[in-house]
Amino acid sequence: MGDSPGGAGRTVVLIGNPNTGKSTLFTALCGVRQRVGNYPGVTVEKKVGRFRVDGQAVDLVDLPGTYSLAPRSPDEAIAVDVLLGRQAGIRLPDVILCIVDASNLERNLYLVSQLLELERPLVIALNMTDVAEAAGVTIDAPRLSKRLGVPVVPLVAHRRTGIDQLRRTVERMLTSGPDDAASGPRPFPEAFYRELDELAEEFERRVGERPPRFLLERLLLDQGGYLEQGWQPAADPDIHRAVESSRRRLAEAGYPVPAVEAMSRYDWVGRVLEGVVRRSDESRSPWSDRLDRILTHRLLGTLIFAALMVAVFQAIFSGASWPADRIDEGIGWLQNQLTARMAEGPFTSLLADGVVAGVGAVLVFLPQIVILFVFLAILEDCGYMARAAFLMDRLMAAVGLNGKAFIPLLSSFACAVPGIMATRVIENRRDRLTTILVAPLMSCSARLPVYVLLTAAFIPPTRLMGSWFQLQGLVIASMYFLGILTAMVAAWCFRRWLFPGETPPLVMELPPYKWPSLRVVAVRVTERAGSFVKRAGTMILAVTVLVWAAASYPRSPAQIARIERAYETRIRAERAKQPPASAAGEDAAARRMIEELEHRRDAEIQATILRGSVLGRIGQAIEPVVRPLGWDWRIGCAVVASFPAREVVIGAMGVIYSLGEDQQEDSRSLQETLRTVTWEGTNRRVFSIPVALSLMVFFSLCAQCAATLAVMRRETNSWRWPVFAFTYMTSAAYLAALVTYHGARWWLG
Amino acid sequence: MSGLDRLTLGQRGRVRVVSGTDAVSVRLLEMGVTPGVELKLVGKAPWGDPLEFELRGYRLSLRRSEAARVDIEPIE
Repeated sequence: MGDSPGGAGRTVVLIGNPNTGKSTLFTALCGVRQRVGNYPGVTVEKKVGRFRVDGQAVDLVDLPGTYSLAPRSPDEAIAVDVLLGRQAGIRLPDVILCIVDASNLERNLYLVSQLLELERPLVIALNMTDVAEAAGVTIDAPRLSKRLGVPVVPLVAHRRTGIDQLRRTVERMLTSGPDDAASGPRPFPEAFYRELDELAEEFERRVGERPPRFLLERLLLDQGGYLEQGWQPAADPDIHRAVESSRRRLAEAGYPVPAVEAMSRYDWVGRVLEGVVRRSDESRSPWSDRLDRILTHRLLGTLIFAALMVAVFQAIFSGASWPADRIDEGIGWLQNQLTARMAEGPFTSLLADGVVAGVGAVLVFLPQIVILFVFLAILEDCGYMARAAFLMDRLMAAVGLNGKAFIPLLSSFACAVPGIMATRVIENRRDRLTTILVAPLMSCSARLPVYVLLTAAFIPPTRLMGSWFQLQGLVIASMYFLGILTAMVAAWCFRRWLFPGETPPLVMELPPYKWPSLRVVAVRVTERAGSFVKRAGTMILAVTVLVWAAASYPRSPAQIARIERAYETRIRAERAKQPPASAAGEDAAARRMIEELEHRRDAEIQATILRGSVLGRIGQAIEPVVRPLGWDWRIGCAVVASFPAREVVIGAMGVIYSLGEDQQEDSRSLQETLRTVTWEGTNRRVFSIPVALSLMVFFSLCAQCAATLAVMRRETNSWRWPVFAFTYMTSAAYLAALVTYHGARWWLG
Repeated sequence: MSGLDRLTLGQRGRVRVVSGTDAVSVRLLEMGVTPGVELKLVGKAPWGDPLEFELRGYRLSLRRSEAARVDIEPIE
């Protein structure tokens, strides 16, 4: 094989079954730095990392985990296109790196047999040799390598054992090429290859060239597959007829499509593994089995699952309060410093009330988010996630969903954006669309700040049932359950009316349990927390500044001057009452009066500015709509302002309410501010338990997140679905908030 | 001859035929549920569905409805 164009830049492609530690290997080779994008026209994520060989950069393209190279959809066709060098923007790979699970070699070699037929340089990374050994499985790697005709490198990726050797092997393949251009295996019966040859001749006659053997094979094998439907040459009626008659002849010969492929390949795998794999015991590691009996037990397993979920949320709220408080203090200090040291004016106000307040209000919740992500990463890495899907499948099937939808939905608790992207594992389109539409109902990390703020401010920290439960924790947990319940109802409705049809299948591997790797968990948590901060840092900053501007302008200087003049005369009158340089005790009261007047003047000015601003006008315009929910127009403003991202509502409320507050006392946290704000012109507090609950319920169900809607559009390739999602979610949120407000008022008297 | 869904807990069966040519059948075949292979029912989810099987040294979960497409010979 020759050099790539220009000599510089080689490409290695990483492929493998799911649950083989592929992303661990990717990180071990390239570190956490990676370029993530999308392949044009499809929904598959394009992940490219880089590592060095001989001082030269090598691109490592990470393909999605797959059991087979039989494309059934444009998404699945990406892997084939990348491997064959048919994907625009990615060079023909110089080396294909396939990671296989040593403890599950038989099924993993199915994909290897397909890869070998591509007749490209291939390296096998034999991962999880430790798990295999623990299960009493020993593998003769040199012998396997000889049988396959490609290098096989034993590996324990999460402990970085074998990484150097793998790197050297890839290096050798890149610099000197493969030992010899071994021809791929011929797992199929001869009759099949005769049909393939005839098909190739048919192509030569009709199209003028012979396509790669691998594509011909797929065309023949994948009945109703992607090639048959979307591959230009296959649309030729003569070729279509030739394919059909080939299949018929194969079936008559006792090799029916599609069964012939699996039977031939697994026969081949059996021959390859003969004498290569030795099992000291039939079953896999006994502790994994024993654990599985408990964790997937009908009653016990379900109870443990529920307990696990409750524990996660309790941990978030007790474990994160200390760091959250410190961040909160830091933000308050920064704001004080800014207002104290800088000249009063629009810029200082922008910095302190817009930038610092907004970003700070989001950063405060980073500890909670990190804890949640740690739990999710551990559950994912130890193999529990598949059990969760197994346990939850019947429940999901009841609303027409698949157990596999559980993982995307669970990820949506962190953020609906990766959650919606994770729905790609769901093959059925209707199933996937349903999951995408309900995913944003899972309470994401962006709602967490809203819940935490309002709960901490308004729900008493009562302990229930002998201090086992905390009322605040229960309120937040119930917000999560509300989202889940609504999602179930919505999913059921969508499956019933929007996408009627049969329930799609569930064919899912349950990987053996293993100790979660600290490194894997750490990398995932850093990755996800980092992306949250990035999102918070850019999106929130932009929106907070926009909200600050919308809440400050336009303003009428004449009106402000009028208020100032009115107060000026009253203050002057107070001053006049003071006898000049008289007894100190007497004028203390007068001075307090003056300060009080000045405070009221500032608050009135701020309120006037807000009422006249863009945001204020929108808020007032929609007040009749939000009033039944118990909200004043300022809450309405904050909700409108949070359209780009839910967490913005915190920053928005901070700006809206603190602008009308005494700036001397802004060390008070937003929580305290919210407790004291009153309906304009009255002493009645805006926030009460029913109002806090109604706002929380609204946020648990609404679609206030531009990023989610954008991803939805990208994944479904149409604006129809995000528009639909926004409409149904906002309606549901409004109704639920209405019921909550009035229900809570009645309940609390 | 009976469906894979008819196995009792701990019972083994040998696959005879996987019926159908649709995506479900293809996926079952790819995952190693091929004629001649031995499976063992090792677990059931709450409400008895889906089922957990052991085959080719790994664990696979299938719904009852999918398992029913797989014809097996029970092994004593």
